[in-house]
Amino acid sequence: MSDFYMTELQKELVAVMKEFGEKELKPFAGYYDEIAEFPMDAYKKAVKMGLSRMTFPVEYGGAGIDHKTHAMMMEELAKYDASFVNGLSATVLAALPVRLAGRTEQIEQMVTVIGNGGFAAFALTEANAGSDAASIRTTAEKVDGGYILNGSKCFITNGNIADIYVVFAKTEPEKGTRGISAFLVERNREGVSVGKHENKMGLRAASTSDVIFDHVFVPEESLIGQENRGFKLAMQTLNYSRIECAAVATGIAQGALEACITYAKERNTFGKPIASLQAIQFMLADMEIQVQAARALTWQAADLADRDMINPEISSCAKTFASDMAMKVTTDAVQIFGGYGYSKEFPVEKMMRDAKIYQIFEGTNQIQRVVISGNLLK
Amino acid sequence: MKIVVCIKQVPDTTEIRIDPVTNTLIRAGVPSIINPADMNAIEAAVQLKEKHGGHITVVTMGPPQAAKALRYALSMGADEAILVSDRTFGGSDTYATSYILSQTLKKIGNFDLIFCGKQAIDGDTGQVGPELAEHMGISQVTFVSGLEMSGEKISAVRSLEDVSETVEASLPVVITVMDELNTPRYPEISRMVKAYATEITVWGVDAFEAIDKTKIGLKGSPTSVKKTFAHAIEKENMEITGESDEAKAAVMVQYLKTIL
Amino acid sequence: MKSEVWVYTELGYDKSIKKVSRELLSAAARLAEKTEEELVAVIFGYEIEKESSEIARYADKVIMIDDRRFNYYGTERYTDAFTKLIRKYKPSTILIGATANGRDLAPRVACRMGTGLTADCTGLDIDEESGKVAWIRPAFGGKLMATILCPDRYPQIGTIRPGVFEKTELPEKNGKIIHETFDDTAPEVRVVHLDFQEKKLENIVNLSEAEFIVSGGRGVGGKEGFEKLKELADVLGGSIGASRAAVDSGWIGHEYQVGQTGQSVKPKVYFACGISGAVQHTVAITKSDIIVAINQDKNADVFKVADYKIIGDLHTVIPALTKEIKQLKLKKENQ
Repeated sequence: MSDFYMTELQKELVAVMKEFGEKELKPFAGYYDEIAEFPMDAYKKAVKMGLSRMTFPVEYGGAGIDHKTHAMMMEELAKYDASFVNGLSATVLAALPVRLAGRTEQIEQMVTVIGNGGFAAFALTEANAGSDAASIRTTAEKVDGGYILNGSKCFITNGNIADIYVVFAKTEPEKGTRGISAFLVERNREGVSVGKHENKMGLRAASTSDVIFDHVFVPEESLIGQENRGFKLAMQTLNYSRIECAAVATGIAQGALEACITYAKERNTFGKPIASLQAIQFMLADMEIQVQAARALTWQAADLADRDMINPEISSCAKTFASDMAMKVTTDAVQIFGGYGYSKEFPVEKMMRDAKIYQIFEGTNQIQRVVISGNLLK
Repeated sequence: MKIVVCIKQVPDTTEIRIDPVTNTLIRAGVPSIINPADMNAIEAAVQLKEKHGGHITVVTMGPPQAAKALRYALSMGADEAILVSDRTFGGSDTYATSYILSQTLKKIGNFDLIFCGKQAIDGDTGQVGPELAEHMGISQVTFVSGLEMSGEKISAVRSLEDVSETVEASLPVVITVMDELNTPRYPEISRMVKAYATEITVWGVDAFEAIDKTKIGLKGSPTSVKKTFAHAIEKENMEITGESDEAKAAVMVQYLKTIL
Repeated sequence: MKSEVWVYTELGYDKSIKKVSRELLSAAARLAEKTEEELVAVIFGYEIEKESSEIARYADKVIMIDDRRFNYYGTERYTDAFTKLIRKYKPSTILIGATANGRDLAPRVACRMGTGLTADCTGLDIDEESGKVAWIRPAFGGKLMATILCPDRYPQIGTIRPGVFEKTELPEKNGKIIHETFDDTAPEVRVVHLDFQEKKLENIVNLSEAEFIVSGGRGVGGKEGFEKLKELADVLGGSIGASRAAVDSGWIGHEYQVGQTGQSVKPKVYFACGISGAVQHTVAITKSDIIVAINQDKNADVFKVADYKIIGDLHTVIPALTKEIKQLKLKKENQ
């Protein structure tokens, strides 16, 4: 049974996220979106609160926050600025394979970097390996005492601000998915460089860039988990991160809905607030129905993960439904705002731009449907 | 160094609206918050602890729901929390409240510093801090906007109307702080998790053996509220008229006089 | 012997009598007239002959402690002295200015006397039923007014907000001055005055926290216009703000833009000066307690959301407001 209520702690954690979002994110979200820079001041404060390491177990200096609580908190933050959440959660995502398969020293190294305000990046995607992650071309050649990495990653969130990368590379290229391994690569290793910064449609304040590995030597200790088991680890990680994707998409939609409610009460046409028009009322109701459904699905997926019963199909359903929903809700939000919705003076056009990527990354919604239907028909 | 911070849970007065029909305050749905100046008091204590070491006990008097405020303070860096709560404490004015708090402080014992906020946003009296100090028979420094610990003494900047005053105080002392003193931090997530896993100590009237029951609650309060009425500021979409722009300005200021 | 209404006469750091003390003398005179009591001023300080005689002109009696140790205000000595005098003379009522030091002293005195204290009153009356002083004061940030009584303990004490009572012409009384001494057995002082410094004025740039916002739009006309707005904001201890039109014209930085991507403000008073009132601006200001709109165009949309409308030229209205508020503050302040 999945729990659909919030504990006192969860309510308070969400309340603190709201306080943080209202004060530290909302006033600046438009600005950082415009200049496409990550809001570092807010991030520093978030790190001080322990947001970047809170999912780690207490013995590693974390707070042992579970997936469901994490989803609730990220949903709340996403109401104010999804770009910020993207930078934060990319770090958390990169730490996940280390937590799932890494050695104690690796976990400690990760906590130290993240806990001190550093960023981490999950480096899987390549120019010709997006949804088809198995066809990555980055290689890790076994040499005396370690590996030499060669290759180029793209669309890497936190790519140019990360202090540490979790890199997936082929250790035995001929073996396909069974020849991929994961490595912990520090930014300051020789041969690591950052390429083109993506000028994006949404999540503009989050850093996304190419990362290039040119004859980068890493010692044997950098291997995360077992050799040639990297692909499975990547897929495991994504099963978890899809839940967070769903939570963030839900948050963007919730933020758009709240903006619409305020606006509809204030905006007058023909001498009455537009909130008195049934056309608007029904749009708001539909938004609410959609958001509630996405949240319930997200919580269910998270709850299963917390009970060590993670269900990849439900994670996929949650991610797909929440992101399609967020796209619909934010588009309707722009419509409710009318011409002002199209203007950068109001926050909803940004939400619409931000929502789009959630249908694309972490496995496009088409790939999710392939997986889901494949499961149904097997 | 042993520090005690006294805080109060208050309704967020900026969210309180006046019902234009009944002319009463609409308090339903208004969130409870830690009194803003008390947040500065907690921050001041945590900063001192970070610099000089020590132990922080945070105290509040209020209904059981006030435990939430204490947990927030624990999450900011306080070490221990005590909820002073009893039906017989209800209706206490500042005199009775400060008396009960003084009993609490005596029970805690061995403190060096007591922090309070300058005043609460609901009652707006600013009297509990000084009255607490008086009940304890210790000194006080009020309206503090700057603070430094030097050896066994504390040097504080008091914000008066037209000037600031620097004073030096021996310990123990009650300090009431202004919002200029610092910027309160956000709570730490791991501390929040711990705070919610901890039972909050509750002291009712029976916790205080020597308490004088004639000095608590409604009956122990020297002052009583005769009546209250909502102060509806005229919101009439009123045009300010006058012979000249200067005259209009003068009329406008008359209307705004009470809140400027 | 007639019972007494006391006014605590507070001296500023430069030893001048604080204006609020003169205002209280007027208020107390009216009160004493109603209750048929004597009006007594209490004054502490060092070398204060001149101040005592000045205050004695309007009081039936002045009780003075003129002592080196009272040169500056200090909680401990002042409380000791004050409570000793209360025990000796047994006044019925005491008015103290709600200044920082007044609000430092009054609770100590009231608490030591085991009596009630009403803080920061904005009105005074006599409760007809009981004949007690009815202390009227705001609470909940001014949204609620409460009438407080101290029904059965003495003295009844209240601190009174500066600036609420007019300093009226008082009949000359030329009361006698009683020199009281302060005995040396008082305990050691544990809080020592070191010095006074000029207050540094801080500019509030955080619009969402500002209590007063003076915001300008296209009607401000240029950078110079914002100088006038700034003067008003400074007098109020608030911040300036701007509409998008003013920001886009380059007259003021974008950090001052109100309504920027949904950022709301909730000041006590929002002055919308030369702002037309486009919806993206007005949605962000509706949480303000009071909106004052100043515009030359009587059909401007901004007037629809305003609580007070001033149809006029902001370039004359704003400086006039600044001047008026300055005077008001001067009155409230204590010189």
